[in-house]
Amino acid sequence: MAGYKGNRIAPKHFDRGQIKIYIIMLPLVLFMLLPIVFIICHAFKPMTELFAFPPSFIVKNPTLDNFSSLMKSARSAGIPISKYVFNSLIVTLAVVGIGTLISVMSAYALSKLKFGLRGFIFEVNQSALMFVPAAVMIPRYLIIEGLGLTNTYLAHIFPLLAMPVSLFLIKQFIDGLPDSLIEAAVVDGATQWTVFTRIIIPLIKPALATGIIMAFQQVWGYLDSSNLYVNTDSMKTLAFYMTTLANANNAVAGQGVAAAASLIMFLPNLILFIALQKDVMNTMAHSGIK
Amino acid sequence: MKTNKATPYIFLAPYLIMFAIFIVIPIIVAIALSLTNFDTIQTPEWAGFLNYINLFTSDSIFMQNVLPNTITYALIVGPGGYVLAFLLAWAIAQLTRIPRTILALILYSPSLTAGTAMQVLWRIIFSGDRTGYINAYLIEWGLINQPITFLSSADYLLPIMIVVGLWSSMGIGFLSMLAGVMNGNDELYEAGAIDGIKNRAQELIYITVPTMKPQMLFGAVMAVVNTFNNGMIGVQLSGSNPTPGYAGQLIVNHIDDYGFIRYEMGYAAAVSVALLLIIMLFSKVANKLFGEKE
Repeated sequence: MAGYKGNRIAPKHFDRGQIKIYIIMLPLVLFMLLPIVFIICHAFKPMTELFAFPPSFIVKNPTLDNFSSLMKSARSAGIPISKYVFNSLIVTLAVVGIGTLISVMSAYALSKLKFGLRGFIFEVNQSALMFVPAAVMIPRYLIIEGLGLTNTYLAHIFPLLAMPVSLFLIKQFIDGLPDSLIEAAVVDGATQWTVFTRIIIPLIKPALATGIIMAFQQVWGYLDSSNLYVNTDSMKTLAFYMTTLANANNAVAGQGVAAAASLIMFLPNLILFIALQKDVMNTMAHSGIK
Repeated sequence: MKTNKATPYIFLAPYLIMFAIFIVIPIIVAIALSLTNFDTIQTPEWAGFLNYINLFTSDSIFMQNVLPNTITYALIVGPGGYVLAFLLAWAIAQLTRIPRTILALILYSPSLTAGTAMQVLWRIIFSGDRTGYINAYLIEWGLINQPITFLSSADYLLPIMIVVGLWSSMGIGFLSMLAGVMNGNDELYEAGAIDGIKNRAQELIYITVPTMKPQMLFGAVMAVVNTFNNGMIGVQLSGSNPTPGYAGQLIVNHIDDYGFIRYEMGYAAAVSVALLLIIMLFSKVANKLFGEKE
């Protein structure tokens, strides 16, 4: 038997054994990557290339035409695109800020405070990991109507604030912090709120980043609220407007605009993830369901 | 540690209120509504199990199209995407840091497109005339003479939905499993080698999977959720609800169809309850496979 050559996971150096992994991965990576490359290319194609036959995959003379006609189409529809951007910014900031804050607060309570219902609440939240919002779109619609939230920003914001997955991930992360930190502070006379803001928050940056990114992913592309709960066009979000552009224009000419719209929706997600990916992976190490 | 009894509940209150109003109560309301006839204008009228009886006995579209489509789609995209996510996470964990990070990013980024306007991308690629990319290439290579109307054809819609579903299935569960593989215990691998584990496949089965069961379970639950959350995909691709010949009709579309197009809210609620039960069933199976409780 050959001697143990060391764990193959997360190697520091390249060795020949890795080549076959690259070879096996290649077709899959291409399948995953090409559509993304395609949409980026398509968004920058000038009219002549959009209409070209046979169609070309890669853009040859990139232009910003599609983006400028996207802006123009917004103006001709009566509502300036800046209004949708403004709506989306408010809604996104509110969901990311409030949603992450209330997740962190509950995660701290469930992880470090002892009280009767702790186990039960955590169990309920854990079952809610498998919650699929699409299954309750009708009751949610009735509740929003009943609360008088129809056509308000709150209709965009409220349904997204409770995020079981985010609470779960942050709670698992806080579990990894030693209790002694908190006990020492409490002995010194700190209140739970002080412990939470001064000790816990600074130590859980990775989990916080993950909570933020998950909230952002939820809210940035969220369509249910604009489709169902908000009827006034000027109160709808950018995600909704971009989808109407993508759906309405089936002609080749509109494809470039639609591709540009898709790109605008996709890029912020990607950039945020690249910026925070280290924190996300750090949090994921604690993500198991025990 | 001495804490005021109310403190934990103060920390939890905002979350719990939102959780109750938008997750718990909607589920209860769905169950209650499913037992009524409700057209959103008149007060709901008690109907007992009539909606469920109709759903399973006289809704031929549900039994012949929606349910089989949903099961086919969910079984391939759910477990299929999940196994793929695990194998890919395991494979790239064995690469050095920079290529690993880049590959993880490439594999993960399609999931960021779920639900956004990105469906337009697939509409362009599969477009049903000669300007569609797949059609253009197939014609150029001489494989077909006439363009195929992929997205409005009952034969092609579901397979295309499955491909797109798989494409965007490397989500947060994939990241979790990648982290799980990465955090493997070195001593276990060494002990395994001494006990006669010879190759990567044996290592995978006897060491990697058992040590990362918690991440496997989290990944499985996320796979189930993503699969069903993506339920509008057929409508987004074909551009119409109902989808052509009901070929791409999934259970979520059926709810939308009855709830917001026909305004038969009671019936739509019964379909919702059926969906919730299917999701629970999938998650139960995942728990059986990877749970550590019993």
